[in-house]
Amino acid sequence: MKPRIMMLVVFTAVAGLAAASGITGVMMHPAMAAIAVLAVALGSGAAGAINMWYDADIDAIMSRTSTRPIPSGAVPKDEALTMGLIMSGVSVMLMWLASNWLAAALLAFSIFYYGVIYTMWLKRATPQNIVIGGGAGAFPPVIGWAAVTGNTPLDAWILFAIIFFWTPPHFWALSLLAHKEYAKVSVPMLPVTHGARATRLQILIYTLVLIPVSLSPLATGLGGWIYGVTAGALGLVFLACALGILRSKAGDEGAPGADMKLARNTFLFSILYLFALFGAVLAEHAAGLHFPVFGA
Amino acid sequence: MEDPTLKPDVRATTPEELAARKKRNLWLGLALAGFVLLVMITTIVRLTTGTGISGRM
Repeated sequence: MKPRIMMLVVFTAVAGLAAASGITGVMMHPAMAAIAVLAVALGSGAAGAINMWYDADIDAIMSRTSTRPIPSGAVPKDEALTMGLIMSGVSVMLMWLASNWLAAALLAFSIFYYGVIYTMWLKRATPQNIVIGGGAGAFPPVIGWAAVTGNTPLDAWILFAIIFFWTPPHFWALSLLAHKEYAKVSVPMLPVTHGARATRLQILIYTLVLIPVSLSPLATGLGGWIYGVTAGALGLVFLACALGILRSKAGDEGAPGADMKLARNTFLFSILYLFALFGAVLAEHAAGLHFPVFGA
Repeated sequence: MEDPTLKPDVRATTPEELAARKKRNLWLGLALAGFVLLVMITTIVRLTTGTGISGRM
């Protein structure tokens, strides 16, 4: 299991759940909502366990991942797979019991997406691995929404799109710092296959796509003033970070410490950015602070 | 007379292994109990609110 990723997954799922209730007025029984959120957490942990089972060989070589449960010897490899598969089944079943078949099916698909499509098919095959694979991490708010209403309208997919377009600049900022590790295990991350310069440009391009996507909830009424101010202000900071990275030598051989620090700060800021955006959605819809920007 | 080749290869379990097994069993037991409890809660909520029961909601 990957606790930090699980935290983000749970948080975005809760935001999706709250937004669905806030927009549609459909309320879930609190106990069922809690079980649905637990199911998302379990599903995320299950997908992480399957990922770590499959990647145990490369995790043992990379220093960033060498302390994970399998390479460190805390959990036998086969037990991790068994645990991952059982937890997958339990999480999907619990989601179905607590909500509906659509949310359960989406949860099952997201586990498959991360555990098989990303981990087994994409990660070691293409530099687009995290672009396409980012879809796996983007499902939680859609699952949360579906758990409440039994459908997935445009607003749910906007939340999906925010995480989807956020993933590349977030992850590539990290890979500028760790590309030597990925090269060591022949994982074709963008800086390994196309170099740091191309990666820095891609970070800016995806940030430029992310900003309008992050503002689209204002047009549909999903996001109100609090969300708008948060997304606007933090979007500008994100853009400044991406421009700074483009001008820097981050990821290059012998890059100055300040440039590498910029890549690290961008990575850390991107986490804060996503938490703040979904925190604003949560605050507006769970705490009754939703004041639409465009009438409604 | 007993055939020595038929004797099972039994090794005494170390106290550490026993403790680890006990801990694992405890967690498995708690996880199972938790799962049963969650299924019970969803059932009770569905029965009392009528959610998902054909003809009621």
